[in-house]
Amino acid sequence: PGRDAPAQSRSNRTFSMLEYVLACLCRSRPHELVGVVGLEIHAQIQSNTKLFSGSKVGFSAPPNSLVSFFDASLPGTLPVLNRRCVEAAVMTALALNCTINKKSFFDRKHYFYADLPAGYQITQQRRAVAVDGQLAYSLLGGRKRNQIQSRTVRIKQIQLEQDSGKSLHDDQRSQTLIDLNRAGVGLMELVMEPDMSCGEQAAAAVRELQLVLQALGTCQGNMSEGQLRVDANVSVHRPGEELGVRTEVKNINSARFLSRAIDYEIQRQIEALGRGEAVLNETRTYDSKSGFMPEPNLPPLVVYEDRGSVPAGLLGAEGVVVLEGLREGLPELPSVKRARLVRSYGLLPEHSFTLVNEDGLMEYFEAVVKETRKEPRKLIGWVTNELLGHLKHHNLSVSKCPVSPSALAELLELQEAGHISSTVAKQVASLSPSVCDSVSLSVSVRALQEGNKKVLNRLMGLVQKETKGRADPVLVRSLLEEKTS
Amino acid sequence: MLGIHQIYGRRRVQLNIILPLLCRYYYASRTDNMLSTNVKTLRKTRNTPSRPVTVARLYSSNKHNSKVPKVPTWEPLGEDRIPSLPQVSSDLVDKLERLALVDFRTKEGLVCLERAIRQLFLRGDTVTEGDCAEKLLPLSNTTVEEYFVAPPGNIPLPRREERASMLKHSEF
Repeated sequence: PGRDAPAQSRSNRTFSMLEYVLACLCRSRPHELVGVVGLEIHAQIQSNTKLFSGSKVGFSAPPNSLVSFFDASLPGTLPVLNRRCVEAAVMTALALNCTINKKSFFDRKHYFYADLPAGYQITQQRRAVAVDGQLAYSLLGGRKRNQIQSRTVRIKQIQLEQDSGKSLHDDQRSQTLIDLNRAGVGLMELVMEPDMSCGEQAAAAVRELQLVLQALGTCQGNMSEGQLRVDANVSVHRPGEELGVRTEVKNINSARFLSRAIDYEIQRQIEALGRGEAVLNETRTYDSKSGFMPEPNLPPLVVYEDRGSVPAGLLGAEGVVVLEGLREGLPELPSVKRARLVRSYGLLPEHSFTLVNEDGLMEYFEAVVKETRKEPRKLIGWVTNELLGHLKHHNLSVSKCPVSPSALAELLELQEAGHISSTVAKQVASLSPSVCDSVSLSVSVRALQEGNKKVLNRLMGLVQKETKGRADPVLVRSLLEEKTS
Repeated sequence: MLGIHQIYGRRRVQLNIILPLLCRYYYASRTDNMLSTNVKTLRKTRNTPSRPVTVARLYSSNKHNSKVPKVPTWEPLGEDRIPSLPQVSSDLVDKLERLALVDFRTKEGLVCLERAIRQLFLRGDTVTEGDCAEKLLPLSNTTVEEYFVAPPGNIPLPRREERASMLKHSEF
């Protein structure tokens, strides 16, 4: 990833240009082919135990140690539905404005694969637990990538289903090693309608979904660990005409690769059609609508609207899912968080978008605000442009930022008071190693307070070096002494 | 098969166990030569007649090793904790009898059926099983270092060289 960074920013510009050009072409030449993207997302439910058994859900455990007799599909075992998984699916559906089916059914989807010991997967094909929702997401567009573009994508349905085990292919010995630790873990399958037209939109939608799931606590959303798996269905067509043949882009484990892979596939299809070739559909054979039967071991799943609609015999029992309680208990969703930041700090929408989008950046910003009297509106640019830009350049996450919020606050106060110029402040914030090492202000200040003159001289020299001798030495010394007394 | 076990507490012998037991009962009572080591006397539960049923495995050299637990393993729930019984029409009972090849047109049989379809039981999210790799792995003929082994899949994977060139072309 480190060595990717320069290429990444280059390719980002390439793709935004691609979209810009495609958009222009569409407006001026409606006969041009555009991409159509629909996503199928499998989100691993964050629960202690699996969907239909009491074995632990975990990552990196010894092979086949988190497997019960039911997960291994031994005869005589039966599925028992985990209430937490139902609640997770319902909460996710409520957050995405879905209609909850009060009664939904479980089915068996039959196919043969070594990591599916039963020969079938328990899923919800006839009627899923939730349908007809939507996800609102935003992109930073425009030439300077600082204009918020709001879009929505419709959610066709959300269903509960089992995960399969893991296969490790050993080509040398012509065998497949099977680990069933993941077999039976609860998944929420979210099917989105093909309302997107390029990789950038798909990546933004997935990012927003990640934030929603993480806020709800229903899925940790880590793509690289397989907690969030995205399959993209991609086709091209001329606007107004019927949809083209779609191909699938699968096994994507990062949002970055998702965007690239989708755009590559759109480009490939456009070029193929331009040469007069047809687009070939190589979908999985078990994707057809056959191989389903109702799951005979599970009666319908019933969810109740409010406590009033629960039958008398069930009230107070553990095994009841009530929508009213879940709706009231929903935590603050990302969209609400962004609106709150705009209100409380007087920020622009694009600022709060960036704050919420980057893990930990909002907390960092709020910490800086606390430490200074400066207006938040004047601080935001430093955080979202300077600091974040340099973090990205060095490929660091916010949690690994070498400049602490209080250090940044101090720095900006100095800059505000005119004691150092913005250039100096920017250079400090640029996080170049030599600057970081010596200008960790809090440490140096503490040392000074212990009467260490050497440190004062070192700071003096540093400031002089950074200002290239432009700062008034007398002023700088008195300032530093004042600051550290 | 009626998934009745997870619903309520009183033990019921599953319908697909009754049939073979009945067959064996008739068979055993007609035979005189019974190898004593392969005869197991099965005592039925408190809800059924107390006549013991003999199970004979005359031509098997393995000892009879029943997997059916000797005592009930669930706690009974009170009637007030579950929703009311749904009505099952006699047409449906007819169809079910034909599918299951079992006669349960008695009052007890219908009650048993209605209770099975009453309510989907939802389990609490606590770890109660797993951690038994040492029991599962011996069930397979072949294992490799705690993994089960299967033949290679039928999807031809790209060889290393092909995969590298595929990825190369994916970069703009």
